[in-house]
Amino acid sequence: MSDRILEKLSILADAAKYDVSCSSSGSNRKNKNKGLGDTGNGICHAYTEDGRCVSLLKILLTNHCIFDCAYCVSRKSNDIKRAGFTVQEVVDLTINFYRRNYIEGLFLSSGIFKDPDFTMERLVRIAKKLRTEENFHGYIHLKTIPGASDELIKEAGLYADRLSINVEMPTEASLKLLAPDKKREDMIRPMKYLHSAILQNREDKKLIRKTPQFVPAGQSTQMVIGATPENDLQILGAANAFYQKLKMKRVYFSGYIPISADNRLPAVGTPVPIVRENRLYQADWLMRFYGFKVNEIISIEQPNLDMDIDPKLSWALRNINLFPIDINKADVEVIMRIPGIGVQSAYKICSARKFARLTWDNLKKIGIQLSKARHFIVCNSPDFELKDLTPMQIKHRILSAGKSKYEANFSPQLKIF
Amino acid sequence: MTLLVYDGSMEGFLSSVFYVYEYKIQDAEIRPFTSCQDNLFGNRVFIDSDESRATRVWKGLEQKLSDNGLKQFYRAFLSEVPGIEDQLLAYSRYAFSSKHQVDCDFSHPAVLMINQLAKKVYREKHRMEAFVRFQLTADNIYYSVVEPDFNVLPLLSKHFGDRYADQRWIIYDMKRKYALYYDLQTVTTVQIDFSEQLSETNIQVISHENEALYQQLWQRYFQSVNIPARKNLKLHIRHMPKRYWRNLIEKKIIGNR
Repeated sequence: MSDRILEKLSILADAAKYDVSCSSSGSNRKNKNKGLGDTGNGICHAYTEDGRCVSLLKILLTNHCIFDCAYCVSRKSNDIKRAGFTVQEVVDLTINFYRRNYIEGLFLSSGIFKDPDFTMERLVRIAKKLRTEENFHGYIHLKTIPGASDELIKEAGLYADRLSINVEMPTEASLKLLAPDKKREDMIRPMKYLHSAILQNREDKKLIRKTPQFVPAGQSTQMVIGATPENDLQILGAANAFYQKLKMKRVYFSGYIPISADNRLPAVGTPVPIVRENRLYQADWLMRFYGFKVNEIISIEQPNLDMDIDPKLSWALRNINLFPIDINKADVEVIMRIPGIGVQSAYKICSARKFARLTWDNLKKIGIQLSKARHFIVCNSPDFELKDLTPMQIKHRILSAGKSKYEANFSPQLKIF
Repeated sequence: MTLLVYDGSMEGFLSSVFYVYEYKIQDAEIRPFTSCQDNLFGNRVFIDSDESRATRVWKGLEQKLSDNGLKQFYRAFLSEVPGIEDQLLAYSRYAFSSKHQVDCDFSHPAVLMINQLAKKVYREKHRMEAFVRFQLTADNIYYSVVEPDFNVLPLLSKHFGDRYADQRWIIYDMKRKYALYYDLQTVTTVQIDFSEQLSETNIQVISHENEALYQQLWQRYFQSVNIPARKNLKLHIRHMPKRYWRNLIEKKIIGNR
């Protein structure tokens, strides 16, 4: 008995790990009636050897699937071991892991067996059981199965903290190429439905306080990058549309990990595009937290992000006429845009300068990355660094001052030694 | 120089600050009883913990610092870094003598240091919220051992009390030999020293019958979610520093393998 459940867990955790969403934050479900669990800012309970966090029990209900998406390990033409959990098994695993402080909650997805509604109904049943029978207030993230009915999605929203539907590919053309069974419309429609249902719920809540929670942590999506030839402009453009139009909480980028000998895809052994993924996330952060518009980060003239420097530095070098900025006078929104200064440091600068005009030394102690920032600011010291250097010279100085942890990945050349 | 020796508690420390002001001592050094080495030259005074005096100092600080500043003051105290008392004294002096709130004046060395230490303590508190691993015993108590660098247990009771409201649990600080215990009603601090009985074999004996299976499942899960193609051990270790591995179930077998 215990061997079987161990094996199932191996298979179904292994199949679920390519979904990169790991967030367990954004919900504010509190423990009620001395029940089990609560949610808050989210906690990463462990980190795997690839450095990714383990926050939720991330599993598939089953990896049996009627679809044949080329980029997916669970595609029906792939010859792998198949398994499936019962509803009770998932409930027991979640509760027992949670009680031992291993996890923040459950992230449940599934291969599509029989039809979308049948699969979705099982997922909802598990979430319902956790909430109503086990009095569980931890985090639940359910994957919405493309093509599931609105009623089921609505019911899922009553028990889950977050729902997500993966758009899978940045453009419709790529989806058609790699996932012939799936239609982009089947993904966008439930997203739109959820978006309006969430809006409706928030409105209702203003009028009637006891309105039940509905997807309190919002919806998110994910796209695979590097499997198809889209440029960063297309990817960030798509992400921006999800943030603006559907008010998504997160758009995840998943660097394609070669798992298939299919000739529509990069060959097995191709390195995972880790640097590109990182740069896309940096750009994503700039849009969500730093007040950047997508067309400031990327444009038709330059449709791909710089790989050797981060997108904020790249923006600053393109707009060198806006600098230097006086750290003792500028608004916090302007300070945030200086390379080497993050959101928190920007606020720290603004509160510290009330007491004394800041010098290089103060800035260093506050934790500013001066190797970058010093080229773009003036402070209360006579010597300032921007000595009529051209953007290229600044870039060169910054790059030669530090060694990027990704340097090995910059060169397209293979390393022999 | 005057050396003030206190019992190591927050109350004792605040009483010492009161004493410094009462006798207008300019060159005071405050040390906990445990770390106090003989000081041949100069005065040495033993300070008794006094609740009313401590409260007066704290009330005074409340007037001068923001909520966040007060929290940082307490967190920095819990760091138990040698000499932290002197920094906190300098911080208090600056706060009391200044007309406005000083807790964001990072150009003052004591303020910056308290701020940074408080951040380190808070980070470890957060790490403990992540790295506590409960084991279920045969008498249905969820039991965990931790060895944090800083004295963070006092900061943990609310988080674990709110979260695990329907199970009895113990978090034992092996370094400082005391524990938090939740009895389904309230969280209390208990002084215990059972480090000797704590050998691996004893734990096996008193474990609940399902405990071994769930540990095994967790280990298996932890291995299965790893993506070898993205291996990044440096990042792994930065997030999970090796000193914590001893009490992490998922790292135990991997270490022994």
